[in-house]
Amino acid sequence: MAKIGVFICHCGENIAAKVDCTKLAAAMGEHPGVAVSVEYKYFCSDPGQESVKKAIRENNLSGIVIAACSPRMHEATFRKACAEAGLNPYLCEIANIREQCSWVHTDKDMATEKAADIVRSMVEKVKRNNKLQPIEVPVTRRALVIGGGIAGLQAALDIANAGQEVVLVEREPSLGGHMAQLSETFPTLDCSQCIMTPRMVETAQHPKIRLLTYAEIESVDGYIGNFKVRVRMKSRYVDMKKCTGCGDCITKCPVKKISSEFDCGLGKRTAIYTPFAQSVPNMPVIDKASCIYFKNGKCKTCQKSCELNAIDFEMQDEFIDLEIGAIVVATGFQVQNTALYGEYGYGKFPDVITGLQFERLASASGPTAGKILRPSDGKEPENVVFIQCAGSRDPSKGVRYCSKICCMYTAKHAMLYAHKVHDGKTHIFYMDIRAAGKGYDEFTRRAIEEDEASYVRGRVSKLWQENGKLMVRGVDTLLGKPVTVVADMVVLATAMVPQPNAKEFAKTIGIAYDEYGFYNEAHLKLRPVESSTAGVFLAGACQSPKDIPDSVAQASASASKVLALFSKEKLEREPVIAVNNEATCAGCWGCVLACPYNAIEKKDIRDRSGKLVKQVAYVNPGLCQGCGTCVTFCRSNSLDLAGFTEKQIFAEVMGL
Amino acid sequence: MSEPFEPKIVAFVCTYCTYAGADLAGTSRLKYAPNVRIVRLPCTGRISPMFILKALQKGADGVLVSGCHPGDCHFTHGNYHARRRWMVFRALLDFTGIPPERVMFSWISAAEGSKFADLINSVTEDIRKLGPFDQYQELITETESPATL
Repeated sequence: MAKIGVFICHCGENIAAKVDCTKLAAAMGEHPGVAVSVEYKYFCSDPGQESVKKAIRENNLSGIVIAACSPRMHEATFRKACAEAGLNPYLCEIANIREQCSWVHTDKDMATEKAADIVRSMVEKVKRNNKLQPIEVPVTRRALVIGGGIAGLQAALDIANAGQEVVLVEREPSLGGHMAQLSETFPTLDCSQCIMTPRMVETAQHPKIRLLTYAEIESVDGYIGNFKVRVRMKSRYVDMKKCTGCGDCITKCPVKKISSEFDCGLGKRTAIYTPFAQSVPNMPVIDKASCIYFKNGKCKTCQKSCELNAIDFEMQDEFIDLEIGAIVVATGFQVQNTALYGEYGYGKFPDVITGLQFERLASASGPTAGKILRPSDGKEPENVVFIQCAGSRDPSKGVRYCSKICCMYTAKHAMLYAHKVHDGKTHIFYMDIRAAGKGYDEFTRRAIEEDEASYVRGRVSKLWQENGKLMVRGVDTLLGKPVTVVADMVVLATAMVPQPNAKEFAKTIGIAYDEYGFYNEAHLKLRPVESSTAGVFLAGACQSPKDIPDSVAQASASASKVLALFSKEKLEREPVIAVNNEATCAGCWGCVLACPYNAIEKKDIRDRSGKLVKQVAYVNPGLCQGCGTCVTFCRSNSLDLAGFTEKQIFAEVMGL
Repeated sequence: MSEPFEPKIVAFVCTYCTYAGADLAGTSRLKYAPNVRIVRLPCTGRISPMFILKALQKGADGVLVSGCHPGDCHFTHGNYHARRRWMVFRALLDFTGIPPERVMFSWISAAEGSKFADLINSVTEDIRKLGPFDQYQELITETESPATL
C-alpha cells in the first residue's frame, strides 16, 4: 500500500499568492494513498528539508511529491533529503506549480485547480516509481577547448597548469582570434598583441597542451566524461614537421594581392601565407582558392624556394579521433555585416570603415604600420566621425541587444586618433554611453576631457559624398535640431554577432542557442558557464557580447568547472535508461534502428546445454542516454524506460 | 449567457526544450491560459500515441505534443522519430473518428518562453472553438463498454 507524502511549498508569496496552498494540501490529503499532505513557507530551506525528512521517517513514506518550483531547480536538493532520510532518492517527484502555474496565471481559483491536477498526477506517478541506483561512469581526464582566441587560450592554460591534458582546436592557421587583431585595449591602452602573444607562445609550448590549428570539429558523440570527438585537420600543404617558418616561400609567392582577412581587407597577403607576423604556429598555409598551381597546375614557386622540402601539394585532409572528458566552447563572434546599413554607405564609400578595420589602421603591425591613413587616398584624415550602435539595439535589423564593447572601443578609437593626429577632430554620434566596468567611466571621461572627443547624442540618418568629403547628417537630440558634420573618414561601431555557422556548430556539439545564435547557459545567473549539455562549458563571446576582462573571467570559470569534473574518480549518471524484458522480446530489432546511440546489442539466450534459444535486445547501460525512443518503437512492449515507465506515464495522465 | 467553455488540454513535452521553454515563460512571468497540463518526458521520441489516446479517453479536449526543433534534439534525433510517428498517427486518428485537429504538434526551444505562452493561448482558443470532446464518451455510453486502452 502506497504511503505518499505531499509537501506543498508557498515559496514565500511566489506560489501562495496565486495558489491556495491550504485548500490544495487539504484536497491532496483526501487523495487515495496520500499519508501526509502539508504546506510550508519554504521547503527548500534547512528547516523545510528537515521537516520532509522527519515526515518520511515518522510515517515510513513510500514516496514523496514536492509541489514547488521546477524540477530543474530543486530536484537534486529533495532527492538528497530523501536519501538522508533513508528513502531511495528516485522515489521523489517534483510537481512544478511555480514556473508552470503560479507565475503564469492570474486567476487564483483556476491556478489552484491546475495545481491540484499537477500534484495529483505526480502522486499517481510516484506511486509507481521504482527504486533506482545511479549509474557510475568513468571520466576521461582530457579537455577539449574549441577556439584559440583569448577565451580559449585562458581556459586551455588554466586547465593545463592544473596538470590536466588539453587539446586546443583552432579553425584558423594561427591562434589569436579577434584579440590579436586589436591595436590597444581599453581601459588601460596597453598593446593587445603585447599581452596576447606571450599567452599564445605559452600555449604552444605547454607540455600538457596539444595544439591543432587549421582544424575543425567534425563530430561529437558520447556524453559527459566520455565524449568521442573527431577533428578534421585541413590540409595546409605545408609539412609542419619540416617547416621552420623561415618565410622564404611567402616572399617568393607571385600571388601578392589577396585581400588579407586578418587586416579586414585593408592589407594584402600572398597565396601561401601566415595570417600575421606573430602567428602561432609560425608556419604558413596555402590558400587553395588563390594558389596558381591549384588553379592551372603550374607554378610551384614556393616548393622550389623551400630548402627543407616542406611543401607538399598532394597533402589531404586528415582526421584525428579523440577521447575527451569535458569540452570548453570558445568559438567567439563576428562583426555584423555592414551591408545591412545602406544609409551609412559602407562598401560604397571607401572611407566608411568598421571599428575592427580602424583597429588594424591603428595597430603598429597593421597595413599602415600604425598611421591613421584613410583607405581611399592614403591621406591622414582631419575629421573623423564615429557612429555608435551601428547595428546594435536596432530591432529592425535583427539585433535588439547591446553589443557591450562599442562605447568603450569608440572612446578608445577617439583617443588613439587624438594621440596620433594631434590637430584632428572627432565627433561621436551615440545613443547612451554605457561605461559600466572597472575604470571604464573614467576612461570615457578621459576621451572627452583630455582628448577632446566631441560626443553628439543622436542617430545618423544619412551619409553622402560631396566635394571629396563625407557629409554626415544626424540629429543632436540634446539641442533638438539636425546637424551635418563634414568628415574625412567615418568609423561604424558595428554590432557583435554570433559566428555565421554558430547554429550548425551548436547542433554538432548538441548545445542550445538563443534567437540570435549565441549559446545558452544552463542558468543565466547561477550557472553562467555551463551549457545545456552536461560536460560542455562556455567561454567568451560565443555566449553573449563580451569584452576581454569578461571573456578571460568566464574562461577561467569554465576551466575551474572542468577541473572540478576531473577531480572525480567516477561520475554518477541519472539511472534513466531503457531496460528490456527478455522473456517477451521477439528480437525484431526495431529498437536497434530507433536508437541514436547504438546502445542496443543482440544478446544470445541459451539453454542449459548451450543451445541457442533466441536472440534478444540488450541495452548497454553505459551507452544508453535514456531518450526512450526505442520504448515507443517496441512492438511487443518489452522495452521500458526507468523513471518514465509506461505505467508511470499512464498513471500520470489518469491523475490529471 | 452561459460561461465560456474551458477546455482541458494535455501537453506531452520533452524536458530539454519545451519543458525548459515553459519554465522560461514562468521565470519571465508571462501570462497564458491555465487550460494546459504538462506531462514531462525525456524526449518527444518517448511519446507513444497511446499516451495521446489515453489523455483523450480520460477527458482531455485536446492534446499538444511539443519538443525540440528539428536538428536540435538533445538525443540527436528523437524528435524526427516523433515527427514520423505523428504523420502515421494522424491518419490513424482520422480512421478512429477522432478529429485530427484535436491533436497538435509543435516545436518550442528552451529559449522560446514567449513562443510557448503564445502557443498555449492559441491552442486553447482553437480547442475552445472546437468545443468539448465528447464523441468518445458518447461511444462508451452507447455501447456500454468501458473501453480501456
